[in-house]
Amino acid sequence: MTRIAVAIDKRIRADRREFQLSIQFESDADVTVMYGPSGAGKTLTLQAIAGLLRPDSGHIALNERTLFDSAKSIDVPARKRDIGFVFQEYALFPHLTVLQNVAFGRRRGWWNRNAIDEEVRAIVARMHLERFGDAFPLELSGGQQQRVALARALACKPHLLLLDEPFSALDTELRGQLRTELIQAARDAAIPMLVITHDSDDVAAFGGKLVNVENGRVIPPNIGATHFQTT
Amino acid sequence: MMLSEAIVPLLLTLKVATLATVFASIVGIAVAKFLGRRRTFARDVVESLLTLPLVLPPTVLGYYLLVVLGHNGFFGAWLMRDFGISLIFTWQGAVIAAAVAAFPLTLRAARAAFSDVDAQLENAARTLGASESEVFFRVTFPLAWRGVLAGALLAFARAMGEFGATLMVAGSLPGRTQTLSLAIYDAVMAGDDARANALVIVSLVTAVVVLLIAARLLQRTQRMTLT
Repeated sequence: MTRIAVAIDKRIRADRREFQLSIQFESDADVTVMYGPSGAGKTLTLQAIAGLLRPDSGHIALNERTLFDSAKSIDVPARKRDIGFVFQEYALFPHLTVLQNVAFGRRRGWWNRNAIDEEVRAIVARMHLERFGDAFPLELSGGQQQRVALARALACKPHLLLLDEPFSALDTELRGQLRTELIQAARDAAIPMLVITHDSDDVAAFGGKLVNVENGRVIPPNIGATHFQTT
Repeated sequence: MMLSEAIVPLLLTLKVATLATVFASIVGIAVAKFLGRRRTFARDVVESLLTLPLVLPPTVLGYYLLVVLGHNGFFGAWLMRDFGISLIFTWQGAVIAAAVAAFPLTLRAARAAFSDVDAQLENAARTLGASESEVFFRVTFPLAWRGVLAGALLAFARAMGEFGATLMVAGSLPGRTQTLSLAIYDAVMAGDDARANALVIVSLVTAVVVLLIAARLLQRTQRMTLT
């Protein structure tokens, strides 16, 4: 079964520079790691999968469900894709408490109500955030903020979790510990992950399927292939 | 005491300015949302055109309002024919004049405040299943309301001081459409210095009170969006 299939093209114009994104890959692994230098187009690809960036042409499918197809004029809006996104800078809502942040996607309507259900409390507890339930994101450390971002995404029960450079905002000491925690949390939640990183240590730690990206294209994995064994 | 004579124009001024601010804010927020965060040439042109009431002489504004709302104007004629309503020489007409004059302030403040909100936060809300209206009411507006409020307070001040357009649309009928600024002009022209003095003092005190309230409400605002 193909979990995720991506084949997209997008031309980006900024100032006088032009960038051609042309990404094709498929993966049915629990963890897929997209690896490449900054500016290779990894984040753009993630945004396209999440529905935050509209490709010029191509096709995106998740678990046999077509999310985007330029030929058939299908473009499922981001809110209906059931894809969780952990942003590089976490993008926590600064006006909401930790509990309200985690509960955000679980209620519809125009108001940020304070009612928190048991499931949200359970997720918060699993992320070791109980003590910070009523704190605001800016009062937390980088690692704690990341756990809130992860809890918030998991609370919506997504079918796929996208992680944009999950450790780049953290110092080196924290990284190792948080990697283990993150992998464990996603395993517990049984949600497949697509992680992007420019750090080869991340690639080694996550294992799973590797997609190498450079200059807007997928290239064959030829660097230290023994490094990336599926766990 | 002459101060009691100032009560009627003061209450009328507060009523007109408050309603004008409410209308200007609602329309300003809606248009700012509609124009969106991306600045394109076309949208900047629209914003410039909508800012005209701020830079045009108030008499020009009053003239155009008469053209639209007057008994021979297309909107005024329709109101008169189908509803028997006339806005000319009424306090409701004064509200419209003040709202149009104040609208650019609420629009510009709201647009600046909305584009100051991190776009990534709105994207995060979308991936969490929020519709565009939910994104606005649960993320964008709660993070932008101070800037919007700053614009509304400027609009209120502008509406309170409105003179030219109001005079042309609503006239200066004591007790009915004569706001503070019109009453002051009327008193000075009539050589009634005592009345003018009382009205000026009431205006000053009101302005200071409004500024104090504004300072309180905006205590933690980093920057005011002045245009």
